[in-house]
Amino acid sequence: MGLLSRKVTCNSHGQDSSYFLGWQEYEKNPYDEVKNPKGIIQMGLAENQLCFDLLESWLAKNPDAVSFKREEQSIFKELALFQDYHGLPAFKKALVDFMAEIRGNKVSFDTDHLVLTAGATSANETLMFCLAEKGDAILLPTPYYPGFDRDLKWRTGAEIVPIQCSSSNGFQITESALEAAYQEAQRKNLRVKGVLVTNPSNPLGTTMSRNELDLLVNFVTDKEIHLISDEIYSGTVFSSPAFVSIMEVLKDRKLENTQVWERVHVVYSLSKDLGLPGFRVGAIYSNDPIVVAAATKMSSFGLVSSQTQYLLSAMLSDKKFTKEYISKNHKRLQKRQNKLVSGLEKAGISCLESNAGLFCWVDMRHLLSSNTFEAEMELWKRIVYDVKLNISPGSSCHCTEPGWFRVCFANMSEDTLKLAMQRLKSFVSSISIDNQTHQDLKNMRKKNRTKWVFRLSFQSFHDREQGER
Amino acid sequence: MLSSKASSNCHGQDSLYFLGWQVYEKNPFHEVENPTGIIQMGLAENQLSFDLVESWLRKNPDVMGLKNKDGESVFRDLALFQDYHGMPAFKNELVEYMAKIRGNKVKFDPNNLVLAAGATSANETLIFCLADPGDAILLPTPSYAGDLKWRTGVEIVPIHCSSSNGFRISMFALEEAYERAQKLNLKVKGVLITNPSNPLGTTMTKDELQSLITFAIDKDIHLISDEVFSGTVFDSPCFISIMEAAMDSNLKRNTDVLSRIHIVYSLSKDLGLPGFRVGMIYSNNQTVVSAATKMSSFGLVSSQTQYLLSYMLANKKFTSNYMKRNQKRLKKRKEMLVSGLKKSGINCLKSNAGLFCWVDMRHLLCSNTFEAETDLWKKILCEVGLNISPGSSFHCSQPGWFRVCFANMNQSTLQVALRRIKDFVERSSFNYQQNGGSLSRKLISNWVRKLSSADREEQER
Repeated sequence: MGLLSRKVTCNSHGQDSSYFLGWQEYEKNPYDEVKNPKGIIQMGLAENQLCFDLLESWLAKNPDAVSFKREEQSIFKELALFQDYHGLPAFKKALVDFMAEIRGNKVSFDTDHLVLTAGATSANETLMFCLAEKGDAILLPTPYYPGFDRDLKWRTGAEIVPIQCSSSNGFQITESALEAAYQEAQRKNLRVKGVLVTNPSNPLGTTMSRNELDLLVNFVTDKEIHLISDEIYSGTVFSSPAFVSIMEVLKDRKLENTQVWERVHVVYSLSKDLGLPGFRVGAIYSNDPIVVAAATKMSSFGLVSSQTQYLLSAMLSDKKFTKEYISKNHKRLQKRQNKLVSGLEKAGISCLESNAGLFCWVDMRHLLSSNTFEAEMELWKRIVYDVKLNISPGSSCHCTEPGWFRVCFANMSEDTLKLAMQRLKSFVSSISIDNQTHQDLKNMRKKNRTKWVFRLSFQSFHDREQGER
Repeated sequence: MLSSKASSNCHGQDSLYFLGWQVYEKNPFHEVENPTGIIQMGLAENQLSFDLVESWLRKNPDVMGLKNKDGESVFRDLALFQDYHGMPAFKNELVEYMAKIRGNKVKFDPNNLVLAAGATSANETLIFCLADPGDAILLPTPSYAGDLKWRTGVEIVPIHCSSSNGFRISMFALEEAYERAQKLNLKVKGVLITNPSNPLGTTMTKDELQSLITFAIDKDIHLISDEVFSGTVFDSPCFISIMEAAMDSNLKRNTDVLSRIHIVYSLSKDLGLPGFRVGMIYSNNQTVVSAATKMSSFGLVSSQTQYLLSYMLANKKFTSNYMKRNQKRLKKRKEMLVSGLKKSGINCLKSNAGLFCWVDMRHLLCSNTFEAETDLWKKILCEVGLNISPGSSFHCSQPGWFRVCFANMNQSTLQVALRRIKDFVERSSFNYQQNGGSLSRKLISNWVRKLSSADREEQER
């Protein structure tokens, strides 16, 4: 049936990428402490599983919030019927307060500028529908979240042009990289509509410096384009430097009544800091009333369940709870990140220094057989199939340098993380022994060298595991 | 600097609809606090059976509290569950419920079901899968087109239906619409029907459905059947789903007939839960299912909601009882509206489903025009205090028809509404006779005839 749309037959949903393939492999053989201790450990999922106890304890103390009751009166009918795309007022109020609290109350948000959507996935796509279309481009710093290829491009028809960042300066955005990306878009005959940054960054786990933020504001002001700041990880900043929101920068520079004010938009969600991706709660915040109006109507295509809005409005209105949660969440994330970083260090692997997120940006360049993406893929496959860790290769995040991987730490128990680190350490040791062999084989014909080495390493690694031959 | 979508006004949201809403919001009827306020009769909501759902909820506090039958918390699993394949238990219950609504004459496979955040999301996603910007979808009028055009970029080409045959879709009208699209250089990708119909409240016959299927096969296009109101069929003839019609042996000879038929459903209308955002697409076309599944990322159903409703629908005693009683209540309420309107000399299209009636007020128009329809609508909104939906907002080709909802208010409110209509009609006819009237003879005699058939008492003025 050749009658389906081009969207269906193309593959710009991006789901053939390794990010999703690793996921599939994991699903076939998932690790379980008891039932499947040799299975693949999922380290490719940026989930926060560290604070469910706090949420469950709150739920136990507040049964009305899940029983459709307000002050012991049933409000079931009201919620069952509530499909107003302006969102539940009490929930929006609680959400803007929470967003402000995360930013140390250095900025405040107006509920009239907030649009609720079914997750940040929906928020980002909706924002793109409002700002761009076929023939337009959005500039995104690399490396970036693989899902953006689907969320920003698939149904909107817009293009992504990367802002190439490199390890030479910790992957920070530079003025020249911005300009180069802009020129590249022009060369491709694309109209640049804006820049989208994720701050804190996925996959880097770093917050943007004030310098970078200033640079961005200057750039979008100069080019008269939009700036989308996806601040979905803003609640996961666990150590200094403190999080600086784009809104704070605009406020500090007194840009409230200027043109750029209406061209800055923030995306948020409760999936990462509150660990509630299943509840589908996302939001767009914009100072442009036309964007707010259009996005509000578009949110009809992905509203948040009123049942969920009510539960979370009660939870986030409990300021004692939110204060405790934010503080404990930070502490636990920091502790867990430290464990990952030190575990990797023991394996001779370093990470980009990070202060946020649910993952580390890990430097495995020294483990590559060659400075190529093919080598990165080979290494990744070994880590998935042999070491049995599903981590995300930098190429799936459009990183320009091979050898970097995103490794998640907040979606498993401490013991599982320990085991993962042990597996990795063993793997690295085996490679270093094989690297000796590699040196000895240096005189072999160049063409076959890489293949030989990997075949040898592969075999000897297995030998070691099975204790045979 | 914004996209054309953001700056345009073609999000399909009718200005009259909004005007009505705004006026209502400023002065909403309340039995006690505002008895002269505007009564909302423009919202196709089912408020008649909440007590049944609430009774089930009271008996199942654990499910609400995100615990399983053993009293253990499943909060963690739900909090993390964002699989766009949907919760298996929920999909299993949904397909069974959908089959039950169809008298178990068809069976559905949960693997062919894609969840979406409401039918609004489901319809748009399906269009994204079946059509490219600039392609056309044929839609019978009158119907509710929602926001299908906005982000998908498709063109909606109407299939004109008229009161002459109860607004049924004729082959002639279908062919005419198809040709019109061709003349406009539009590639027709499919036909979208709503069955039972919104705003007509009628179900389609097997013949009609099979004609549509034959048409779709003949033109090599898709057929989308929005069956959102399938659970609101309260009277005969009983509901026949497009799937049932497609099972006919003659049609099955065309092996890919099932791959071009897609159903949209939701729990917003029969279960009265629009706030929970539960919609779905059902398709036998694996490519569509696969693409729609990925697209559902943009509008997944909250896991908290999937969990609650999977338990509710698993209770077969509850669903049987609900379906039976809900249908009875809908029937009773509809009959109340129909007979009340009749007493005012106003007829409705004969209907057996839905949460509304398609009301014939052509005889109340001062001229057979849409301007007159809008005038009448405004009068009914502002003077009579009823927010009803004018036929033009459903792209009806004939002026004078209105959709009037009956299931979103209690009985006494409906009675107030009917009384107001009666007073209005009498006032109008009285003024009419006073002013000598400027209508054609035909319309005057219509008036007189209707008055005679009304309560004799009222004539004494």
